[in-house]
Amino acid sequence: MTAPFPTRKQEEWRYADLDALRPVWQQFAEPLTLTVGPGESFEKIWLPGDEDVLVRRVQIALEAGAKARIYVLNAASEYGRTELEVSLAEGADFELFGANIGTGLSTNEIVTNVRHVGVGGRSRQTVRSVLNGKATGSYLGKVEVARGAQQTDAEQSVKAMLLDRGATANCKPELEIFADDVKCAHGASVGELDAMQLFYAESRGLDPASARALLLEGFVMGLWDSAKDADAIGEAAREALRRVVG
Amino acid sequence: MLEITNLHATVADKPILNGVSLNVPAGEVHAIMGPNGSGKSTLAYVLAGRPGYEVSEGGATFLGRDLLAMEPHERAAAGLFLGFQYPVEIPGVSMLQFVREALNTQRRARGEAELSGAEFIKLAREQAKLLGMDAEMLKRPVNVGFSGGEKKRAEMVQMGIINPKFAVLDETDSGLDIDALKSVGAGINRIMRGPDKGVLLITHYQRLLDYVEPDKVHVLNAGRIVRSGGPELAKELEREGYVEAAA
Repeated sequence: MTAPFPTRKQEEWRYADLDALRPVWQQFAEPLTLTVGPGESFEKIWLPGDEDVLVRRVQIALEAGAKARIYVLNAASEYGRTELEVSLAEGADFELFGANIGTGLSTNEIVTNVRHVGVGGRSRQTVRSVLNGKATGSYLGKVEVARGAQQTDAEQSVKAMLLDRGATANCKPELEIFADDVKCAHGASVGELDAMQLFYAESRGLDPASARALLLEGFVMGLWDSAKDADAIGEAAREALRRVVG
Repeated sequence: MLEITNLHATVADKPILNGVSLNVPAGEVHAIMGPNGSGKSTLAYVLAGRPGYEVSEGGATFLGRDLLAMEPHERAAAGLFLGFQYPVEIPGVSMLQFVREALNTQRRARGEAELSGAEFIKLAREQAKLLGMDAEMLKRPVNVGFSGGEKKRAEMVQMGIINPKFAVLDETDSGLDIDALKSVGAGINRIMRGPDKGVLLITHYQRLLDYVEPDKVHVLNAGRIVRSGGPELAKELEREGYVEAAA
């Protein structure tokens, strides 16, 4: 049975492009589920496809001491959405490194719900967005810490670069904490390129367009530093950036 | 090679340079000394074209071209290099990638062939070795996590790779211990001493001038050059201070 079509009244769909989603909803209604067994590790890299609309809905259950690391690049030309629901049992570890790179009228979003269920879980979410034109890039990140999940250590870091006045970034961390001995940090910034970095690069010979491209590349490429094989996602990110920087 | 004539400049509408005139012929190293706030760094930034540093009067030519009419990257392609007092950190961009793009963009602008990856890495490793910098640091993001001394050494490695015609070095000696000072001094001599090269060495102290002997020393005070002389002037400044020497 197909899940009901979402509405914007639902917080996790608030910034979504529902018109783009409607024709393909059947395909994505049912999320993919996977379980990482006790003490096991899981690493996954998600690249953008050729589709104008690309939605990924994944539920991951991390059992005791399990680790998962997800790298994702959202760069759909119309609507890209990566939705992750992660539960962490005792001592589990979850890391997400995600980028929204958007141009034109596109909407790209990363929506997460990270539930710390067991004691001593750790989660790290790092999201970078680069947007031009009238593109929208969003991160909606909910972190839930259950009553017994003491010594939870959760962190969210979200930064966005807006290259045009018409571009929009939404950053919304949301914490729901029912334990009293936890660390939940979050930081968000929306900015433009650093003037001193630009001047430094130009004074070394880079023309202004190349300097901007290089700095933006650095802003995004730092995400893949810990990946075992970052070649494909690095190349895809460079290509997406070329479209955005022009 | 570099001719500065009656240069006036303002930063945020505040006059900082009030008529600097200076001529550095090819083959010479000139030192500019002066107290804090005398306009030394402003002069360096104006020559490199930093946005917000407005020239209100006077001018500067570099190899016969109007320097101030050029964009910062055009000045670099023409052969001008600014060694930063506070080298800038660029996360996510390795030093190798940064300098390679910088060098190859310059070479393209001059109509020269670009260096291949292998050629470039060989050159970068050579220069790092000559300046006593671990070649592994070339793979790290530009200046990120470098100590103050490492940043200054990294500036000199970049200068060695780019091999400019003229270098403006803004307090390259600050933050260096004595060993680093020696190797940076030797680096400046090796890279920039030549009949068709020139250096403007901005410094507070005499000590770098023990390793890079200047042909001329100028004292900058309140945005003007108040005295010029030979290398002995630096020693006099060190002995007597700026107030006495400028009087």
